[in-house]
Amino acid sequence: MLQVENLSVAYGAVNAVKSIDLQIAAGELVCLIGANGAGKTTTLKTLGGMLKPQHGRIEYFDQSICGLPSHELLQRGIALVPEGRGIFSRLSVRENLQLGAYSRNDAAGITQDLEQMFTLFPRLAERAGQIAGTLSGGEQQMLAIARALMSRPKLLLLDEPSMGLAPVMVQKIFQTIRDIAAAGVTILLVEQNAKLALQISQRGYVMENGRITLTDAAPALLANPQVQHAYLGG
Amino acid sequence: MDIFVQQLINGLVLGSIYALIALGYTMVYGILELINFAHGEVTMFGAMICLAILNALLLHSGLPPLLILGIGLVGAIGFCMVLGYALERIAYRPLRHAPRLAPLITAIGMSIVLQNVAMLIWGKKFLSFPDIIPIQRFTIAGANITNLQIVIILLAILIMICLWLLIHRTRLGRAMRATAQSPELASLMGINPNTIISATFMIGGALGAVAGVMVNAYYGPAHYTMGFMLGLKAFTAAVLGGIGNITGAMFGGLLLGLIESFGAGYIGQLTGGFMGSNYQHVFAFFVLILILVFRPSGLFGERVGERA
Repeated sequence: MLQVENLSVAYGAVNAVKSIDLQIAAGELVCLIGANGAGKTTTLKTLGGMLKPQHGRIEYFDQSICGLPSHELLQRGIALVPEGRGIFSRLSVRENLQLGAYSRNDAAGITQDLEQMFTLFPRLAERAGQIAGTLSGGEQQMLAIARALMSRPKLLLLDEPSMGLAPVMVQKIFQTIRDIAAAGVTILLVEQNAKLALQISQRGYVMENGRITLTDAAPALLANPQVQHAYLGG
Repeated sequence: MDIFVQQLINGLVLGSIYALIALGYTMVYGILELINFAHGEVTMFGAMICLAILNALLLHSGLPPLLILGIGLVGAIGFCMVLGYALERIAYRPLRHAPRLAPLITAIGMSIVLQNVAMLIWGKKFLSFPDIIPIQRFTIAGANITNLQIVIILLAILIMICLWLLIHRTRLGRAMRATAQSPELASLMGINPNTIISATFMIGGALGAVAGVMVNAYYGPAHYTMGFMLGLKAFTAAVLGGIGNITGAMFGGLLLGLIESFGAGYIGQLTGGFMGSNYQHVFAFFVLILILVFRPSGLFGERVGERA
C-alpha cells in the first residue's frame, strides 16, 4: 500500500531523516519506534505532506505522492493525527469532528459517522457542544483520532498518541487504536512508548539518528535483546 | 435631547459603514496576520465602479432607477471580489513566507498603486452620486432620519447577520475559523488554505464595495483618495474591537461611529465654541492611541497564550 524508498528529509542544514526505506501493506498495524529526536515525527510529517522530502520516493497504491500537500493526501485517504493532539481548541467538539469530514460531501454518511464516533467515544458525545480547548488531554487525543476517522482514511498516521497522558488513558487510547486496526484501517504508529506500541503492532521499525536500524515482526523485536536494552528498559 | 437622538442616528449610520469595512481588515488579519492597507482602496473602487455603472445606465438605458442601483451595487460587489482576490494572488501570496514587514510594505504599495490607477481612470474630480433615491425625511423623537439612513443601517445589519451565520453555521465558515487558528492543521483536514484565504479576501472585498457605495450615496462625492481616511477609520474600528475578531469589528465599527458622532456633536458646547465639528477625525485617532496604549488586544480581543 505504502512504499517508501531512499527517503531523506532535512530542516535547513540538519538531515533529520537519512535515506530510509519503509513498506506498509494494506490492513497492517506497523509501528515506528526510537528515541527522542531519532526522526520519527519528521518521517511521519513527510508522509502526511507537512514536510517536503529532500529526495526519495513515496508511493501509495503504486502512485507517487511525493511532495503533495496534506489536503491532497487526505483526499486520497491518508490522515495524520499530529503530535501534541493538534485540535482546533477554539472550535466545539462537534465542529472539530465535522472538520474531519471536510473533504467528503455525503451528508448522510457524515451524520452517520458522527453518531458512530459519539458511540465509540461517549465522552465526546457528552461534550459535543463544548469548546475543544476545555477537554482533558486524553479527551483531546480521542477527539483528534475520532476527527481523523471522520475522513474515512485508508491509512492512518498516528504521532505519539500516548504523549503526556495518564497511564489509564494510554491504555484506553491503545485499545482504541487496536479496534481501529481491527476494523480494517491501515495504521502507521509513531511511539516513544516502544513496549506498548510493539504489543499492539504486527511489525515494527526501529529508528536511530535518522536511519532505520532494525525491522522485524513485533514479537521478534520485543524479544530482541538489543531492543530490550535500548527501548524496553530491560 | 433631540441633539442626542440625532447624533445617535448619525453615529449608527457612520458606524455601520465603518463596521462593514473593518470586517475586511479583521478577517484577513485573523487568517494571515496581515494588515491589508489596500482595503480602503478596494472600498473606493467599489464606490467608483458603482458610480460608473449608474451613470452609464442612467444615460443609455431606460431601466427603472432602483433596478439600475441594484445592478450598480452588484457590479461593484463583483468587481471588488475580483480585486480582493487579485490583490492576494499578485501582491501577498508570493510573500507568504517572507518576513512580516515585507507584505506590510507591499500592502501600502498596493494602496498607492490603486489610488493612482483610480486617478488615471476617473481623474481628480469629486464625483457626485446621481439623484436616484428620492430622499424622504421622518421625525423620530425630535430628530431627523431619512429613508437612506434607514436603508444603510438595516442593510449593514442584515449583511453582518448573514456574515455571522456564514462564519458560524456553514462548512466554509468552519474551514475559515480552522484556517485562522492553524493553516497547517487545517490542511490536515483536507482544507486547502489558499482557497480559504482567497475566499476571505473576496468576502472582504464584497463588504468593502457595499460600504463604498453607501459612503458615496450618503456622505457625498467619490474621489480617488477617499479610501485612505475610510480605511484608517475602519482599521481603527477593527483595532478597537480587537483585530482578528469578527464580532469585535462589528461592535468596534458601531462604537467608533458613535464616538465620532457624539464627539463632533458636543465638542462645540464642551469647548465653548473654540473647537467645532471639523475636529471629528481627531476622536477616531484619539481612540486608536488610547486603545493601543491601554488595551492593545481591543475590546473583544483574545488573551495571549491561549494555546497553552
